[in-house]
Amino acid sequence: MTNFANPEVLVSTDWVNEHKNDPNVIIAEVDVDTKAYEEGHVPGAIGWNWQTQLCDTVQRDIIKKSSLEKLLSNSGISNDTTLILYGDNNNWFAAWAFWQMKIYGHKDVRIMDGGRKKWLAEGREMSQDTPAKKQTNYQAKEPDLSLRAFLPQVQQVYLSSNTALVDVRSADEFSGKILSPPGLPETCQRGGHIPGAKNIGWGMACNDDGTFKSYDELKSLYEGKGVTADKDVIAYCRIGERSSHSWFVMKYLLGYPNVRNYDGSWTEWGNLVGAPVEVGA
Amino acid sequence: MSKAENYQMDEQQVNGVDLKITTYQIGERFYCHIENKDPGATIARAEGTRREEARQLALAKIQKRLQ
Repeated sequence: MTNFANPEVLVSTDWVNEHKNDPNVIIAEVDVDTKAYEEGHVPGAIGWNWQTQLCDTVQRDIIKKSSLEKLLSNSGISNDTTLILYGDNNNWFAAWAFWQMKIYGHKDVRIMDGGRKKWLAEGREMSQDTPAKKQTNYQAKEPDLSLRAFLPQVQQVYLSSNTALVDVRSADEFSGKILSPPGLPETCQRGGHIPGAKNIGWGMACNDDGTFKSYDELKSLYEGKGVTADKDVIAYCRIGERSSHSWFVMKYLLGYPNVRNYDGSWTEWGNLVGAPVEVGA
Repeated sequence: MSKAENYQMDEQQVNGVDLKITTYQIGERFYCHIENKDPGATIARAEGTRREEARQLALAKIQKRLQ
């Protein structure tokens, strides 16, 4: 992990195993499959449901500052806590949580490399207990919106040569062949992608064991598509969660200075009347 | 406290969709998760007292979901 631009944001399964009882460390599991936590989890880990606890459940938005403060306070997290996030599917939604923690300024948040998959595959201990955490009084910072792209910003820059738009969905979603991944609900009226976007599937950043690929492999992956550190990079997917994973890779592992996650993503763009759409590979 | 055991992954195609099937055991229970290979989202899960039971239950859900 040492050659990543910000290696401190990743911890190994060994590190988590050694620190799972550290009072200044809180471990949180965030899964795509929100039932997975109940099967068993890293001993001492709390579970967050991305659908109800890491989204605004009324309007389409990320969690509100007050809700995040309540969630973190109830989870025993203080402003100086080392928060370790992990989850299933190569840390897909752990990255979604990481992105929001950074938006609200949590200083020390890290991802367990390999996530739930690696922990299981290594035959480690699994607990079914939900730990009780001591209430804190978490104070979030005002949201750092430099990490987030909104529709008007994307509309303004998507054809600019200084901007690299990265569509991290599957090749079939990108081309317009399908509107959503197999087995998931369709959330848009049209298929295709934002004109000029490059298709770099989010999962290409991971090895088979769920860990992140090396710095050199990731650099080659993104630079090979013209997505370079000097660009204003905007990542998007269907609803903004896969792209938070790619945002994490580019922002923290590669150290690109200007990377935003467009969480409106294709569900927003693909439903806009009159929005330009490109189809095909 | 139980350890995760017998972790296995394989691939199968159902209704033209490539799937990754993961099974493992925690304590007395066997679990099966099935995800679409691309982009990798879990779309069915099941559990049972035997590996094959968990797997068949999850595959039955997949058959319905991918109709």
